[in-house]
Amino acid sequence: MPYALLLPALIFLVVFTYWPMLQVSLISTTDARRYGDIGGFIGADNYVRLFADEDFRGALVNNALYAVGTVVPSIALGFWFAIMLRRSGAVTSFCRAILFFPTLMPLVAASALFIFIFLPTIGLADYYLAKIGVRSTNWLGDPSIALWSLVMLTVWKNAGYYMLFFLAGLQSLPEDAEEAALIEGANWWQRQVYVVIPMLGPTFAFVTVIALINAVIQIDHVIVMTQGGPNNATNLLLYYIFQEAHEFFDLGKATAATVVTLALLLVLSMFSLRTMEKRVHYEG
Amino acid sequence: MLLASLRPENFGALDMASLLPNTWPALDQFDYAFLDGDWGLWTINIIIFVMGTLVVQLVTVSLAGYAFARLEFPGKEALFYIFLLQLMLAPPVLIVPNLTTLVQLGLYDTLIGMMAPYWGSAFGTFLMRQTFRAIPRDFEEAARIDGASWWQILTLVLIPLAAPGLIAFSIVSVVFHWNEYLWPLMVISNPDNQVLTIGLVGFALGAEGASDWGLIAAGTLIVVAPLAIAFIAFQRRFVNSFVSTGIK
Repeated sequence: MPYALLLPALIFLVVFTYWPMLQVSLISTTDARRYGDIGGFIGADNYVRLFADEDFRGALVNNALYAVGTVVPSIALGFWFAIMLRRSGAVTSFCRAILFFPTLMPLVAASALFIFIFLPTIGLADYYLAKIGVRSTNWLGDPSIALWSLVMLTVWKNAGYYMLFFLAGLQSLPEDAEEAALIEGANWWQRQVYVVIPMLGPTFAFVTVIALINAVIQIDHVIVMTQGGPNNATNLLLYYIFQEAHEFFDLGKATAATVVTLALLLVLSMFSLRTMEKRVHYEG
Repeated sequence: MLLASLRPENFGALDMASLLPNTWPALDQFDYAFLDGDWGLWTINIIIFVMGTLVVQLVTVSLAGYAFARLEFPGKEALFYIFLLQLMLAPPVLIVPNLTTLVQLGLYDTLIGMMAPYWGSAFGTFLMRQTFRAIPRDFEEAARIDGASWWQILTLVLIPLAAPGLIAFSIVSVVFHWNEYLWPLMVISNPDNQVLTIGLVGFALGAEGASDWGLIAAGTLIVVAPLAIAFIAFQRRFVNSFVSTGIK
């Protein structure tokens, strides 16, 4: 009977997660050219072609930069918002709602709006920067800047989401540790650095994992704003997969890149399963 | 955004930056936005997609969550890890093989095909397991003494008590799928099956320079408005739901 209850969920999990993983590994060693085909075995050819592709190597590097560039500031900001808005009240809950709102917005909608913020010279960003004397910037057109413009959008969109986890974490902290530090004469900064941050260790670990996964799976803004350009400066792993599959119809490279990305996520998940397990044991 | 969408179109490009409307709000932008796109159809499609996904999810995750929370059986731990692992192997990465599967099943370019990969939600299962575990066993004991079957206990006792968890999951699921873009873009090719986000992007990419800013803002507002209104009405509920995605 327990298996009958698990079956409905398990069927979809197997058909759309575990079977695809197996299938994509198989197809990546064949010369299949169309969805649904299996093709003939060609060994590691697709992987050789994949790693010989400058765009793919570029996407790996870009994605690493993008991950670091988004994870660190969005978590730092999320934590900062949380400790600032920790006390509940009318003003703080209004601020929380404002900061959380970008999370509710589709990434494509945010991208559509940011295109106009980032328009050179006449966009909002340049308009206000010009007022304080900053020269016009080609936010999305300059290969050395475009990736960081996307980073800014991502940080803006996700920081409020991560704030929620820190607020929840802060709520569950025992008060006596901070009180003890207060009595010992620790100032506000010392209490945050030596008491609050260490005690929120599991929350930091958990949010880092979510933020890293988001850095791999969120690419809607790349599709809408830059299409991987200029000069492949904003090509990310999943965008590369999407492009190979959807635009170049190179199923070989698309499947091989999927396997590489899955392997990266699996390594990540080993790490995160352990942090989650801890949380489960603490609270279950 | 709201202000931009309400301003007439022929304001100078620089005016985009002035956030105060300088003329009487014009609903023209909305007229154009509505006329240029098939927003009604896209809205119906997205509602079908979101609700069709959710309804099946609620059934599968309640059953699986209950099994993990209350029943003992061989292989429970291994099965639980199979579910947990899926949380990390995020579905977007599997777009290519999932599309292959949909083609093999004959579900390519259908709304059903768009929903199917989400029907066995590991996150939902995990959330419901935690929710069921937090319910004291006394209720079930009492019902059992009164002669209720496990099915009656689940549907008449546990699920009503687990409503907060189900609502939290529903909110997160609806927000996620309403905003989704990449997967619908891959699965759907027939314009009749498109959803709002795809329509918005077609709209935004078709726009010419800054003069269309108002139009894009109007389109964006159409996509965002339903969730925004729900959020304003049920703010606390939304926030709590998203906190529970942290798998408390």
